[in-house]
Amino acid sequence: MARVVVDVMLKPEILDPQGQAVQRALPRLGFDGISDVRQGKRFELEVDGPVDEAALARIHDLAESFLANTVIEDFSVKVESDDVAAGAAK
Amino acid sequence: MSRTPLDTVEHAAATPDVELPWAELGLKKDEYERIVEILGRRPTGAELAMYSVMWSEHCSYKSSKIHLRQFGEKAPENDALLVGIGENAGVVDVGQGYAVTFKVESHNHPSYVEPYQGAATGVGGIVRDIIAMGARPVAVVDPLRFGAADHPDTKRVLPGVVAGIGGYGNCLGLPNIGGEVVFDACYQGNPLVNAGCVGVMRHEDIHLAKASGAGNKVILYGARTGGDGIGGASILASETFDDAKPSKRPAVQVGDPFQEKLLIECTLEAFAEKLVVGIQDLGAAGLSCATSELASNGSGGMRVTLDDVPLRDSTLSPEEILMSESQERMCAVVEPEKVDRFLEICAKWDVIATVIGEVTDGDRLEIFWHGGKIVEVDPRTVAHEGPVYERPYARPEWQDALQADDANKLPRPETAEELKAQVLKLVASPNQASKKWITQQYDHFVQGNTVLAMPEDSGMIRIDEKTGLGVALATDGNGRYAKLDPYTGAQLALAEAYRNVATTGAKPLAVSDCLNFGSPEDPAVMWQFVEAVRGLADGCQQLGTPVTGGNVSLYNQTGEAAIHPTPVVAVLGVIDDVARRTPVAFQEEGQLLYLLGDTREEFGGSAWSQVVHDHLGGLPPKVDLERERLLAEILISASRDGMIDSAHDLSDGGLIQAVVESALLGGKGARLVVPDGLDAFTFLLSESAGRAIVAVPRSEEVRFNDMCGARGLPVTRVGVVDGDTVEVQGEFELTLAELREAHEATIPALLA
Repeated sequence: MARVVVDVMLKPEILDPQGQAVQRALPRLGFDGISDVRQGKRFELEVDGPVDEAALARIHDLAESFLANTVIEDFSVKVESDDVAAGAAK
Repeated sequence: MSRTPLDTVEHAAATPDVELPWAELGLKKDEYERIVEILGRRPTGAELAMYSVMWSEHCSYKSSKIHLRQFGEKAPENDALLVGIGENAGVVDVGQGYAVTFKVESHNHPSYVEPYQGAATGVGGIVRDIIAMGARPVAVVDPLRFGAADHPDTKRVLPGVVAGIGGYGNCLGLPNIGGEVVFDACYQGNPLVNAGCVGVMRHEDIHLAKASGAGNKVILYGARTGGDGIGGASILASETFDDAKPSKRPAVQVGDPFQEKLLIECTLEAFAEKLVVGIQDLGAAGLSCATSELASNGSGGMRVTLDDVPLRDSTLSPEEILMSESQERMCAVVEPEKVDRFLEICAKWDVIATVIGEVTDGDRLEIFWHGGKIVEVDPRTVAHEGPVYERPYARPEWQDALQADDANKLPRPETAEELKAQVLKLVASPNQASKKWITQQYDHFVQGNTVLAMPEDSGMIRIDEKTGLGVALATDGNGRYAKLDPYTGAQLALAEAYRNVATTGAKPLAVSDCLNFGSPEDPAVMWQFVEAVRGLADGCQQLGTPVTGGNVSLYNQTGEAAIHPTPVVAVLGVIDDVARRTPVAFQEEGQLLYLLGDTREEFGGSAWSQVVHDHLGGLPPKVDLERERLLAEILISASRDGMIDSAHDLSDGGLIQAVVESALLGGKGARLVVPDGLDAFTFLLSESAGRAIVAVPRSEEVRFNDMCGARGLPVTRVGVVDGDTVEVQGEFELTLAELREAHEATIPALLA
C-alpha cells in the first residue's frame, strides 16, 4: 500500500475568504509577520497495488474531475514513500 | 500586460502607430476608430480597457438601448414612482413614509461556467445595487431556467446554482421568498440565473449615485482588488460560448458573503449619518464603471490614483485593476470634512477603505499610475455615450409554420381513464412538480418578516411591524409562450406576475424585468427582443405599472441555437396589512370553489402539450389586460373584505394544476364539477389567462357573487373543498396521497 497525496489550492487570482479570515486573525492573536494566508485541501489516498504510471494517471483523472473544481482550483499529485505512509498509519 | 515604458497619455500621443489588442478585448473596428476619434489620439492601454468593458453589450446596452426607451416613453402616470429607470434601481412609494426599491438582474454566463460562485455572486451583485440606493435589503428572489431535468449536465449546474444562491443569501441573512425553476432543453448550454432583491427605506433616505462638488473625496471600500473576472464583463457576457476558444473563459469571481454583510451595515450606517454624496457599487466592469459613471453623473471631473487601490495581488497591471471584477466593493463620494468619520465607520465594521481620488472642477476623468497619467477621458463618452446599434430585425420565416402547428389539434384524451393518467403525468412533470427540494435549501424566514414564500403565488414581506404594511413580489416568464409570439409572451409574463401579486391580496405597483435573449446579431432573435419589449411596454402602460429598471442579457445561446426568448417580469405590490393576505392552500372543508374569468380552448405552448406530446406550436393564450386589471381588483377587494380564504392563479398546467397545489398545501381535497359549456379536458388543462380559482366561505357566497356580478367579472362555481381526494365528477378521482407522491417525488429523484 502506498499513499498518494492530492493538494488542492484555489488558483492564485481567486479570492480566498477563509485564508483571509485566518490572516486577519493572526495579528489580533499576537502572531506578527505573516503577510498572506491561502488555505487549501489535502487528500490522502491509500492506493491498492503499485503506484505506477497507470495508477497515477487514474488519480490525476479523479483529482481533476472530482477532488478539484478546476474552474477555480489547481491541484498537484505526489506520491509519499511507503515508509512515511506506514509511519503515519500506525 | 505590463509594458515599458508606461503607456501614459503623453506616450500614447507620441506613439500613434502602436497596435492595441482592441479586437481581443471585444471591440469592433468601427468602435475602436470612434474611440480614437473621441480622444483625438490612440487610447492608452488603460483607456482601451475602460472603453472595451464599458462599451460591451453587458454594460452599454448598445443593441437594446433604442428599444428600451419605450419603457420611459410609454411609462404610465404613477404617483408611486419616486425614482424611475436609469438609476441603480427604481424606487416606489408604498405608503406610511416607506419606499421600496427592487430590481432583477441576470448572472447567466458565469453560472454556467462555475454554478456555485456564479449564482452566489449574482445574489451579491443585486444586493449591492439595492444598498447603493440607501435601502436595507429585506428579501431576494431567484427566477431560474435550466436544461432538460434529466440531462446529466443539469445535475452539475442546478445543484451548484441552488447551493450558491442559498449559501450566499443565507450567510447575508436575507430570506429567499420567490422565483421560479423551469426546465427546457433550450437552456441546456445556457441556463438562466436571474436574481432579484427588494430593499426598504424611508422616503427621506433616497440617494442617487453622483459625484458633484470639487474637492470631494472618492473612497473605495470593501474587499481588496484581485485578478478575478478580468474582462469578464466584455468577454464573458458579450460572446457566445464557443468550444474552440477556451481562453475566452477567464476565472470567475469568488464571493464572500460575510464581507458583503459588513458592506451592507457599513454603507447603511454611512447613509444614516448623511456622510455620502454619491455612491456606486462595483459590479461588471469594476472600477472602470464606478469611476466613469460616478463622474459622468456628477459634474464630470474626477482624479484617481490607481496606486492607492488596495490589492490582493501586487503584480496586477493598471489595466487589470481597472477591469477587475473582484466582488464586495463599493465606491463612495464623500465631502472632505466627513472623510474621517466615514473611514471610522468602515474601520468599525472591519472594512478596508481607502481614498483613491477626488472630484475636480474640470470635465475629465484622469487616472494616474506610478506618477504617470494613464487615462484622460470625458467620462460621459465612456459611461453613457457608447455605441448605439439599430440592429436589423426580421420576423423569422419559421414563425408562421410554428404558429400554424396548432396545439389545439393535438390528440386529446378520449376516456376518463386517459384524462386521469395525463393529469397525473402533468403534475409529476419536472416543470409542474413541487420544487420544494430546491426552495427548501434557501432560508425563507430569516429576519422573521416573511409572510409568504414559495410555493405561494408571490413572496410577501412585512415591512412595518406595528401597522402590518407589507410588499409582495412575484416573478414570471414563460419562454414557450414567448417563442410562439414574443409580443404576447411578454405580456403574458407581465399579466401572470401582476395576477400573482393580486392573488395574495397585494396591489401591483411597479415592474422590473430581466430580458434574456439570444444573439442580437441574429435578426430573428432581435425581432423577438423588439417584439417582447414592445409588448411589455404596451402592457405596463395599460396596467398602469411602470418599469422601474432591470437588465438585458443577450447572447444566451450555444452555437447557432438561441434560448427561447425569456422575458422575466417581476411585479411589486403593496398590502396595507399582511394579516389580510390570501394563501394558496385550501383552509377549510366545505368552502366553495369559484373559477374567475373565461376558459377557452387554449393549448398553444401549454404544459399539457409539452408533457403529453412534447409539442410547441400554435398561439399562446390571448391576453386581455383590462380583464387582468378587473380580476386583480376583485381579488384584492375580496381579500381585504374577508370574502375569500384561499386563492390561486391559473397559469401553466391550468386549473387542475392549481387545484392540486392548493389541495396538497392545505391537506384538503376538492370535488370539482365540469361547468356547463365546457368539456372536462378544456376545463382542467386549458391555460387561458386572466383566471384564478378562489375558495369562498359559504357565509360570503352571496356577497362575493354580488361583487363579481356588479363589476362584470365572469364567475363560475366549480366545486367544493372536501375530503382527501381530488375528484372530477363523472371523470376520475385521485387521492391526495397518490397526488403527493407524483408531485413531490420527481425533483428529488432527478437531482438529489
